[in-house]
Amino acid sequence: MSIVVCAEQRDGSLRKITFEALSTGKRLAEASGETLKALLIGNGIAGLADELKKYGVDEVAVVDNAALGAYTADAYAAVLAAYVAQENPALVLFGHSSFGKELAPRAAAKVDCGLVSDCIDINFADGDYLFKHPVYAGKAIGNYKVAGPVRMATLRPNVFPIVESAGAGAVVNFATDIPAAKVTVTGTMMASGDRPELTEADIICSGGRGLGGPEGFKLIEALADALGAAVGSSRAAVDAGWREHAAQVGQTGKVVSPNLYVASGISGAIQHLAGMGSSKVIVGINKDGEANIFNVADYGVEGDLNKIIPALIEKLKELQ
Amino acid sequence: MKIVACIKQTFDTEAKIVVGGNGQISDEGVNLIVNPYDEFAVEEAIRTKEKNGGEVVVVTVGGDKAQEALRYCLAMGADRAVLIQDAAMVGADSRAVSIALAKLLSEKEAGYDIIFTGKEAVDDGAAQVPSRLAEKLDLAQANVVTALSLADGKATATCEIDGGSEILEMALPALISAQKGLNEVRYPSLPGIMKAKRKPLEVLSLSDLGLSADDVASKVVLAAAELPPARKAGQRLTGEVDEVVAKLVKLLKEEAKVI
Ligand SMILES: Cc1cc2nc3c(=O)[nH]c(=O)nc-3n(C[C@H](O)[C@H](O)[C@H](O)COP(=O)(O)OP(=O)(O)OC[C@H]3O[C@@H](n4cnc5c(N)ncnc54)[C@H](O)[C@@H]3O)c2cc1C
Repeated sequence: MSIVVCAEQRDGSLRKITFEALSTGKRLAEASGETLKALLIGNGIAGLADELKKYGVDEVAVVDNAALGAYTADAYAAVLAAYVAQENPALVLFGHSSFGKELAPRAAAKVDCGLVSDCIDINFADGDYLFKHPVYAGKAIGNYKVAGPVRMATLRPNVFPIVESAGAGAVVNFATDIPAAKVTVTGTMMASGDRPELTEADIICSGGRGLGGPEGFKLIEALADALGAAVGSSRAAVDAGWREHAAQVGQTGKVVSPNLYVASGISGAIQHLAGMGSSKVIVGINKDGEANIFNVADYGVEGDLNKIIPALIEKLKELQ
Repeated sequence: MKIVACIKQTFDTEAKIVVGGNGQISDEGVNLIVNPYDEFAVEEAIRTKEKNGGEVVVVTVGGDKAQEALRYCLAMGADRAVLIQDAAMVGADSRAVSIALAKLLSEKEAGYDIIFTGKEAVDDGAAQVPSRLAEKLDLAQANVVTALSLADGKATATCEIDGGSEILEMALPALISAQKGLNEVRYPSLPGIMKAKRKPLEVLSLSDLGLSADDVASKVVLAAAELPPARKAGQRLTGEVDEVVAKLVKLLKEEAKVI
């Protein structure tokens, strides 16, 4: 049997979460004795198979078809279910990205299997897979088992390490009927600029109500540029109209796990912590020594952000 | 139009989580609410009715207390409610919930034009039921929707995706999963609350739906829940701005090694 990773590409480039999923799949395949396969779906994407081989896959199955150029959940789910029917894998891995969040449950319903979403760890022990998934916005962690034969899981981005390794790396075409999609994509608007995407970013600089107004985000953007970081926001700043909702971090926003999260003018409400509590290192900048952010910050800087951030930017520039 | 909104009753987002001796999460003394994303779904359902006429049916799977969540939606303006309640659904996984909802919506409550759900529930954060339900009902779905317009039997939806958004078009019936931003949710009015008490709320068991406990046996089983490891108490940096900043950068570089 096998472990299958459903590769995610957008406009002809593979997303980082795919490498995280392949590395995890490889680790699990070694523990369980399964083979590791990748399924690559899209149009004009066959060339990406080489990149997948770097992560120890035994086989890459490619479905390259003009009808699959724009991702639609129902058509992609049909392809995936057909592949699962042929392959009968023990485990199928996706990223918990907007792609995987929609595709995995749709495919799981087609295959009629169990799925654990948003995993932060998966292990194989005593002949079974064990999945860890945070519930109640990270206030608790559930340990799940899934009755087979097929299991599916989506992986939280930026949590699973990327490890290159060798594998047989055969590339095969997988042919299947592709149903007409039920939805038509009539437009795509991607954020401009070269800041990293929030859920993939290694560093995130977030601002809250303490910024005092929309201009405050200029300071956060300047800090983000100095660090090569993405910009996030608390809900208070989003509700005030200072930042778009897509930037909101927290229980009703994005869940992020960067290496470094810098929270400026954010009090650290429980709903905000839910979105960034799994960051590796947290810096809190707040003028209120009692602010809750200091209870989770690895480095707490007590003071006025209007003085601290400009000095911090200067210091970072000196280093470059 | 027949408009359906699927909701879930969840813990209040402020709730403190306690793991009991059995490794399961205790709901004792916890304040329960309508999942915040489902409120956007109910609001959009009511607005759709206000524009196009018809009825709004709210449905959920839950226990006795879920009736309160349904009454809340009726007070917002939904017309009637259906609760699927069965001992076999306690602790049901997303697959089981979607099987029960699909059975209800393809038989007893067939003939809908549009189904609204929240994009995910804030308790299990699984975001599975909407897409599983769309698949089981063979419907088009727009996921994480922040804007919606309906005209000529078609839906046009703006969907949030990583790093941007996408516009999808589909024929009705379709399933729409609501994200914050889709609308501003109304509070129930006092007359609304009074009226809700007399609105129909039907309770159905699995056998009423023609399902057995085996049909909904969970494939995903929570072996045990645990509390997350507490974050280690950090260092507080104080002093003159320049000193503090120099210290911080040094720590980030040399101790944490993240820049
Ligand atoms: C159902 C629900 C869901 C929610 N979801 C989210 C969510 O997803 N994300 C989220 O963030 N919140 C969420 N919230 C809201 C949350 O409860 C808080 O209200 C919110 O996070 C507060 O934002 P804030 O920290 O920016 O503002 P505040 O709590 O007002 O904090 C501002 C901070 O800035 C500091 N400050 C002010 N001026 C300065 C200065 N010059 N220098 C330094 N520090 C300064 C203050 O000391 C204060 O600590 C949710 C709430 C509910 C009920």
